Amino acid sequence: MASLEVRMYPRAFDYVAPETKEEVLDVLAERGSEVKILAGGQSLVPMMKLRLASPATLVDINNVPGLDGISIGNGHLTVQALVRHNDIVDSELVKTESAAMASAAPWISDPIVRNRGTLAGSVAHHDPEGDWASVMLAAGAEVVAESRDGGERVIPITDFLTDMFSTSLEPTELVTEVRVPRYESRTTHEHAPPRGGGNYQKLERKIGDYATVGVATHLELGDDGGISKAGIALTSVHPYNLKVTEAEHLLIGSHPSEELFAEAAEIAKNACSPASDVRGSAEYKKDVVRVFTERGLAASLAGASA
Amino acid sequence: MEITVTVNGAEHSADVEPRTLLVDFIRTDLALTGTHIGCDTTACGVCTVLLDGTPVKSCTVFAVQANGKSITTVEGLKQNGELHPIQAAFKEEHGLQCGFCTPAMMLVGSKLIEDNPSPTDDEVRWAISGNLCRCTGYINIVKSIQRAGELTKAGS
Repeated sequence: MASLEVRMYPRAFDYVAPETKEEVLDVLAERGSEVKILAGGQSLVPMMKLRLASPATLVDINNVPGLDGISIGNGHLTVQALVRHNDIVDSELVKTESAAMASAAPWISDPIVRNRGTLAGSVAHHDPEGDWASVMLAAGAEVVAESRDGGERVIPITDFLTDMFSTSLEPTELVTEVRVPRYESRTTHEHAPPRGGGNYQKLERKIGDYATVGVATHLELGDDGGISKAGIALTSVHPYNLKVTEAEHLLIGSHPSEELFAEAAEIAKNACSPASDVRGSAEYKKDVVRVFTERGLAASLAGASA
Repeated sequence: MEITVTVNGAEHSADVEPRTLLVDFIRTDLALTGTHIGCDTTACGVCTVLLDGTPVKSCTVFAVQANGKSITTVEGLKQNGELHPIQAAFKEEHGLQCGFCTPAMMLVGSKLIEDNPSPTDDEVRWAISGNLCRCTGYINIVKSIQRAGELTKAGS
């Protein structure tokens, strides 16, 4: 292959494509940190081509059955490791169960990348400019990981995402699921109205580009009409996906109002530290954070009050 | 690694290095050069092929991942010597200028009209938003894909 010399090509690797989850876990147990898991590959393969990642072993999980479901149960909406972004776009269950996810899914990369890329892969990859990590932070997600010798481990998203491109996943572990809690109003009555809502606001120069600014929001209302749960997380405006805890604390226990949302948005604006680059100045991006946080909270409230 | 892939209906077996990209397997091993290489970074979409009927960017899939699967490239659109409606429509509506993005646009367009034979402008633009036309000839590409839908409905 003469073109190798002038083209971007990954370093050579050992390719394994197991047909059961047990075989995947065996390879991870034996080869650990030299392994990368290949699900959608839409971030990993480009990184390998740029030689930013050069795993000695690539374990392709695409032939493992039973890893591509979206389901509800045990108080969660669960998305398994091989669920593609476009499966989430098309899912009626996601529309009913998570407004934030339904709102974000169509804005992940572009339609062709969405046919391959996965939510679980995106979270495990933890590019600070990735959209899903923010949505998961706002929605209070958990990551479920499995290893041969350690069994199953449930990791809150705030513990899972440690730093840019880094997670608390052990080298022997496979992410099998990412799950978000169902709306509290549904924990007692299966078909109750959501009394919660969520949203993802994204500014991008063109489809497929990284976000210039992304803001994920999630709100739930209690019986008294006050805010019982709140989540706000920001994409592309900080060295990592930033959960704006201070603004969440302000919202929880208060009654929703424009003034309250404006105050929360101001906190979000001041919490982030974007870089000035080709996508805009830091000052501009911070102001977009403010505007998007207000809009996102208003949209989330509209869902919660519907 | 030994792989067997069905490409445009014909089965091909080959021994490939795992790092061989699908686009290179198609262009170099199979000599099907209708599938193009543009940005090589998953952005431009000119390398799009259908993998088991679904559009994928073949610069971002390894050939070994297509083992046991079915691929359609632009060369597979024509059936029994007849142009596929999407090809006839691109010709009729002048849907190409330099032609570099055309194979991918036709494959994505053929998939769209299969699911939705009467797409609106917005639906077509949304569907092709992962594909760049460096001539910026989008207006005629949109018309061509819509025309292909009409031809398909008229022919079926």
